[in-house]
Amino acid sequence: MKKKRIHHHQVIVKTNPRRFKIDQLPLLILILPIIAFMLLPLLYIFNQAFKPFDELIQYPPRFFVTRPTFDNFIELFRTYSSTSIPISRYLFNSIIITVVVVFLSIFLSSITGFALSKMRFHIKNVIFEVNTIALMFVGTAVSIPRYVIIDAFGLIDTFWVNIIPLLVIPVGLFLIKQFIDDIPDELIEAARIDGANDFQIYLRIVLPLIKPAIATVAILAFQTAWNNIETSSIYVNSEQLKTFAYYMSTLSTSSNTVAGKGMAAAATLIMFLPNLIIFIFLQSRVMNTMAHSGIK
Amino acid sequence: MEKNGSLKIKKFFSKEKILFKKDSKLAYLFSAPYIILFIIFIIAPIIVAIWLSFTDYDMISSPTWAGLRNYVYLLTTDVEFMKYILPNTITFAFIVGPCGYILSFFLAWVLSQFPRGLRTVLAVIIYSPSLTAGVTMSVVWKIIFAGDAEGYLNNLLLSMNLIAEPIIWLQSTTYLLPIMIIVALWSSMGLGFLSMLAGILSISPDLYEAAYMDGIKNRFQEIIYITIPSMKPQMLFGAVMSIVGTFSAGAIGVQLSGSNPTPQYAGSLIVNHIEDYAFQRYDMGYAAALSVFLLALIYLLSKLAFTLFGDKKS
Repeated sequence: MKKKRIHHHQVIVKTNPRRFKIDQLPLLILILPIIAFMLLPLLYIFNQAFKPFDELIQYPPRFFVTRPTFDNFIELFRTYSSTSIPISRYLFNSIIITVVVVFLSIFLSSITGFALSKMRFHIKNVIFEVNTIALMFVGTAVSIPRYVIIDAFGLIDTFWVNIIPLLVIPVGLFLIKQFIDDIPDELIEAARIDGANDFQIYLRIVLPLIKPAIATVAILAFQTAWNNIETSSIYVNSEQLKTFAYYMSTLSTSSNTVAGKGMAAAATLIMFLPNLIIFIFLQSRVMNTMAHSGIK
Repeated sequence: MEKNGSLKIKKFFSKEKILFKKDSKLAYLFSAPYIILFIIFIIAPIIVAIWLSFTDYDMISSPTWAGLRNYVYLLTTDVEFMKYILPNTITFAFIVGPCGYILSFFLAWVLSQFPRGLRTVLAVIIYSPSLTAGVTMSVVWKIIFAGDAEGYLNNLLLSMNLIAEPIIWLQSTTYLLPIMIIVALWSSMGLGFLSMLAGILSISPDLYEAAYMDGIKNRFQEIIYITIPSMKPQMLFGAVMSIVGTFSAGAIGVQLSGSNPTPQYAGSLIVNHIEDYAFQRYDMGYAAALSVFLLALIYLLSKLAFTLFGDKKS
């Protein structure tokens, strides 16, 4: 590109503006139908979950709830599954599994990312490239061979099968490694000269600097574990080891009664809300990480 | 020749040995847990799938060698596959993939034209459906598309006198696939969308200024000549995410209709066909052949994305 002296007031760049201007209005109107389409099912679930019985059976159906109650939630927690397991048990399993998966997968992907990015390690490029190819991996396509392998390790119908297969998240390692790449080498070298060993460098220098990437991996791991249905339906037989997401999916296929519909909506809301709240809290960190997401 | 070959192998190992000696041993320790789990749960299943696809296996007796029989069956005898599953999968993938991708880019670009506050609110709204992982929200879709007059869509169409009788949307061979496509598109603005939004925002304003000095005239040219070329890595990441997302979302047909196979296979995709053969007919060998076929398809499509957007290599 030719070098030219640029006068900053000649061209007004419109991308990423500071404030709202009237010429942005047509664009907003243009995407409003799409936004509404994205939002409606979510609004619907909120309204449905809080509807009392008489509003659930109302005909014609009304979209918005007029007298919100917690009836559906109370009913949901009173119900037992067909094999007399209380709902709280499924919820308890899901919470424990999700917390463990989130922490372990953050640890695994960050320490591996550190080794691949900043340590003297001659096969690191090969590993990273294989990991990048694995971004294309679709887990559901190999549920059968996974069954054979999990069976061979004696993990079928154990508590750990809910956790161990979910720990490897190639996108997570990919994003964290890209993020660590941007930490200046001088910082690491300086710490080495000060006598810090590699684990101390990881713990005290790298981890605090990659908080946005960690937040992103946390969200990914949360989604993987919290929404996971496959494990409970394929690898677990004991009802007391299954998860809330699984229970919820059985509810949705057998919910033809009116009360069932209200409960299913309440359960869907319990499934969805934690996802949303965590994302809202961490979204600025996620955006920060995604700037490093390109495949080079 | 043989001698030459073994010499090469020897050379390779001695070189590796020297390189290994220089490596930090802690790096091996740090990455070992991830790599071991990666091999067990990602690489090994692919290898086992390939091996099983050449066998007959019913999960009770041990697998017996079948040669190419499963693949021959796949290509010549499996009527449902050729008549419904493959066309459905292709229709679904070629609409949801590219449309979801273009829509992601379009929305990301429009959002980048707004100030931070408004942009954040809209980004959360657009991204949040993908948080539900499709299946979770099937409850909602099932009520919206319910087959009786109480279903929201039926109710709406009835009250507008557009239809005379409620339509049984989710059991209909005509409507099931289009509904699946709509639901999949709804939840397809995921990581790829965020990546493209972040990519557009990270382009330096100087680049646009320089481009306008060089004679770019309108916003469309700006997108074609500056925005997209400047964010190729994010475009590639987004493409890979939308390919993977499309094929992962395939199971919703079964969730929506409540049965596998779906009514007359109208909404069955390869993913469902695999589960049908594996967990209902216990024909693991054939299910594995289907898995290998699906993985190869995804890999080829991703390769295509790499040749379109990748900078180096192919």
